[in-house]
Amino acid sequence: MKDGLRVLSPTAILGYGFPEESFRNGISKHPDLIACDAGSTDPGPYYLGSGKSFTDRALVKRDLTFMLVEGLRLGVPVVVGSAGGSGAAPHLTWCRRIVEEIAEEHGLSFRMGVISSDVEKGTVKEALRAGRITALPFVPALTEEAVDASCHIVAQIGCEPLIAALKAGCHVVLAGRCYDPACFAALPVMQGFDDGLALHMGKILECGAIAAAPGSGADCAFATLYADRFILEALSPKRRFTRESAAAHTLYEKSDPYRLPGPGGVIDLHACSFTEVGEGRVEVRGSRYERTVPYRIKLEGTRRTGYRSLSIAGTRDPVMVRHIESILEAVRAQVSAQASIPGTVRFHVYGKNGVMGDTEPVREPSGHELGIVLEAVSSTQEDADSLVSVARSTLLHYGYPGRISTAGNLAFPFSPSDVRMGEVHEFSIYHLMDIEDPAAFPLEVVEVKGGRA
Amino acid sequence: MKRSILEAARVIRSKNSGPFELTLDVMFRDRRHFELFRDRRIIDAPLIARLYGVAEGDVLGVVWFEPSNAVKATIRRRVPSGGPGDTDIYGAQQHAPLLGIEYEDG
Repeated sequence: MKDGLRVLSPTAILGYGFPEESFRNGISKHPDLIACDAGSTDPGPYYLGSGKSFTDRALVKRDLTFMLVEGLRLGVPVVVGSAGGSGAAPHLTWCRRIVEEIAEEHGLSFRMGVISSDVEKGTVKEALRAGRITALPFVPALTEEAVDASCHIVAQIGCEPLIAALKAGCHVVLAGRCYDPACFAALPVMQGFDDGLALHMGKILECGAIAAAPGSGADCAFATLYADRFILEALSPKRRFTRESAAAHTLYEKSDPYRLPGPGGVIDLHACSFTEVGEGRVEVRGSRYERTVPYRIKLEGTRRTGYRSLSIAGTRDPVMVRHIESILEAVRAQVSAQASIPGTVRFHVYGKNGVMGDTEPVREPSGHELGIVLEAVSSTQEDADSLVSVARSTLLHYGYPGRISTAGNLAFPFSPSDVRMGEVHEFSIYHLMDIEDPAAFPLEVVEVKGGRA
Repeated sequence: MKRSILEAARVIRSKNSGPFELTLDVMFRDRRHFELFRDRRIIDAPLIARLYGVAEGDVLGVVWFEPSNAVKATIRRRVPSGGPGDTDIYGAQQHAPLLGIEYEDG
């Protein structure tokens, strides 16, 4: 085991960007690993279901170019997890093509490990029948029907498949859906560093400089891991790590800040300490890893529920603003009575309860105008288009009681007023599955030969 | 005299903790305000349930986190992220009901 292992995290999500100066500062510290998490379920179910990335291709290519060029020049591994955002086969292929394109354009040759984290429906159903599936809190029990209806099913893999790729001598590792901290922890864990510290370091680094002060998801962070501690530092003169910023980060997007569950175990932070050690650096000690038996891995899946169309408009009429609820109710009734188009119409009323829906504690809108997003969801795109069209025209000309503005009820900012949103997905699987061998995810090792070297 | 939680807290926020949970964080200005809120249980599961119109069983837990002078409560999302009628895919703008919490100092 080396004395200290240095890790550069360029950004919170591949494609979110980073200042070149911060990245160069990180490179000048001779990192032993450059790693980045590329994914999240935060942008919702559409991206996993449709096979599309929630990040922009040009921006992902920009970030990856810096990482690949410098990582290969230094001869250190570049690890990317949750490739393409959701990490299913189409996302992984999308990211792989970008890597190959960069290699071609920059004349880079290297060994690449591509790890698939897709899980076959049959495997999930077999686990379900054998009682090896556990629902997470508030998630409905899994059914075979939900498995069959899912478009893509991925597992959030742990360090083990990444270690297999690193052991195979891969300079670049692209993983499908992956536990975010694993991209950072796989190399140190392989080298014998403490799992608890390595994973906790990864947990902080996977968000780039979000855990620094001031926080940013579009800036780099750096950590040095030792046998009994790790030290965090920012790479921009604008930021530093503080005891508070580092500790506060363990709260982020987690239900219990003391216990952070992941594949095969839990990071336990009850004995963890955060100490400022000068120059904007924070030292972390005492993070522990508890293995759980059986090894459980999180599955994510989505199913398509229809197609969506929208229309965006506003109203500035005080009578309409005051009676918006009854007006929309009447329009909804008229639309379903008039048009025999299957589907659902919803109104998102900004200025009233567009953000919180039924849980909005303020009951009466107090503003002088309202924004209305008309949403139609149906089983075909054509029906969704028709439904939003009829809802839009009905609301535009609806003669509500007390109306004084009789030429039209809505202001449309755009022509066309209606937008096709495409497929609608919902999460169908968010469950834990017991597995035997956490390393058993397919690894493809390829020799990438750059073009004009 | 009743004081607003804004006098005691420097961060009040919400976010998804996975697509089925909404997690709420309040970070206090200092240890004194953290302890005042914690020791008097000013924020507890029944309060969170009431503010968000959910059953108490839908409050996964209220955890006091001393290293950050913070309290965290996690609840069932009204609708899973991206589900029918969802209004906030990331869950990042569901903190407003917490802003009305009041306390007495001293």
